[in-house]
Amino acid sequence: MAFDLFLLEVIVTGLLAGVMYALVALGFVLIFKASGVFNFAQGVMCLFAALTLAGIMEKTGWPAWVAIPLTIGVMIALAWLIERLVLRHLINQDPIILFMATIGLAYVLEGSGDIIWGSDVKVLDIGLPQGAVDWLLDTHNFYIEKLEIFAAVIAAVLVGVLAIFFQKTRIGRALRAVADDHQAALSVGISLRTIWVIVWSVAGIVALVAGVVWGTKSGVQFSLSLIALKALPVLILGGFTSIPGAIVGGLIIGVGEKLAEVYMGPLVGGAVENWFAYMLALAFLLIRPQGLFGEKIIERV
Amino acid sequence: MNMHSSVNSTTAFDTSSQSDQDVLISLDHVSLSFGGVKAISDISFNIKKGEIRAIIGPNGAGKTSMLNVINGFYHPQEGTITWRGKVRRKMKPYEAASNGIARTFQNVALFKGMSTLDNIMTGRGLKMKTNFFWQCLRVGPALKEEIANREKVEEIIEFLEIQHIRRTPVGRLPYGLQKRVELARALAMEPELLLLDEPMAGMNIEEKTDMSRFILDVNDQYGTTIALIEHDMGVVMDLSDRVVVLDYGRKIADGAPKEVQSSQAVIDAYLGVSH
Repeated sequence: MAFDLFLLEVIVTGLLAGVMYALVALGFVLIFKASGVFNFAQGVMCLFAALTLAGIMEKTGWPAWVAIPLTIGVMIALAWLIERLVLRHLINQDPIILFMATIGLAYVLEGSGDIIWGSDVKVLDIGLPQGAVDWLLDTHNFYIEKLEIFAAVIAAVLVGVLAIFFQKTRIGRALRAVADDHQAALSVGISLRTIWVIVWSVAGIVALVAGVVWGTKSGVQFSLSLIALKALPVLILGGFTSIPGAIVGGLIIGVGEKLAEVYMGPLVGGAVENWFAYMLALAFLLIRPQGLFGEKIIERV
Repeated sequence: MNMHSSVNSTTAFDTSSQSDQDVLISLDHVSLSFGGVKAISDISFNIKKGEIRAIIGPNGAGKTSMLNVINGFYHPQEGTITWRGKVRRKMKPYEAASNGIARTFQNVALFKGMSTLDNIMTGRGLKMKTNFFWQCLRVGPALKEEIANREKVEEIIEFLEIQHIRRTPVGRLPYGLQKRVELARALAMEPELLLLDEPMAGMNIEEKTDMSRFILDVNDQYGTTIALIEHDMGVVMDLSDRVVVLDYGRKIADGAPKEVQSSQAVIDAYLGVSH
């Protein structure tokens, strides 16, 4: 009985950690779906959003309910700037060119975050629940973090809204249309500029959510941008174009990682958690390169 | 060849300086060059309301560039374009679209990952106005709008006889059907002017017959003005009310199909050489 409960605890912890990865992966999927570009800067956007929020609260002492809308405003302004200064000049270019541009963007964002808000670790406390769920801990000796449950709820809501938005609405269709063919999208009267601002704004807001959750968990620091690396295997598993895929991929990685650490770790001397996700992704690339839910791309030759 | 045939007899070879009411779009002395290469030099012609206007010419004559100028992909360096009686400035493609100009492409440009239905629905985008907030949740006005526009799309699907492929991702469809879906998407915009860039390229006889019928029906039932580029001379002669012939970026003839066909310049440049 005690063993089963332990296994369950590992799985639940894994699932919740997976949700956190999925939140980051979601931002990638959004931009990839809508522009066919892998946005290298997504991780830095999480950092930048969290940094801005923490910075505003620290410098002004304003409460979270003022600072959060302000940060959302900053992310939308950022999206507008990215369109104006970068994307507008790269219409009809290959995805690889846009990808390179996002690498540059990552460095610019990281640098600006550093200059504006300083480089020391910030505490982010916007009143999210923290610590263990006491009731479960007391009665069943079962440890779950409140924050992770909160993250799971947020992720579920986000995914629900985004899925409907993408599949069944005018703007969602326009986003997918732009991803497929710029010229054709223009010919049916879709304004690329508007679409790009929307996509990057939504990605920025998702980045803010991910940044807040991660920032609350481990402090806002520059290593936050590295969680983007954990999102990569999630994307490979779930498929770059699938929002549900990002979630399922995140969950699989989260659980797999924890299980591997607990049951395989002692055999190989630990630290399995650090590389497990990447090995899993590699295996997936060999067997099912389009991911679990990705669109299989057939090129007619 | 149909109800518009009367317009043919009035002017044969020069239509540039007209200003009658029924001219939908008129291009005057338009020139377009890319660096040193002149794609279009000093071309003038017009398209009248309700007619089917063919643009023909050998490969590289500037036909597609002409369409790109009309729908705003290219901006000519010289000349003026008068749309519905107003001289228009640089018009961006999405402005052209919201002004009622729809088009199809020479090499099918569909949204390959999306279903037939979704592809056609993108054509309704400009008719749908609900804001981001409602769109996010797909409730209230957004839902209502979605359903209303879906009805229009179903009408077009029925019109073009593509009910059976409604849910199929268009990337999987055979070429002929893709062309038809592309036409459907353009029709969904309820355009005033429909530009068709080689709507029958690569089709077999049966598909060509179908497509010709659809083009005539669109023109007839919806009163849509159509400008089309086509290489199949038989089709051009059958469908069009007036034909403009380009060669090396210049206009060499303009008029009713019969007149154009018998023009020595056309025979020299086009019919005699490449076909």
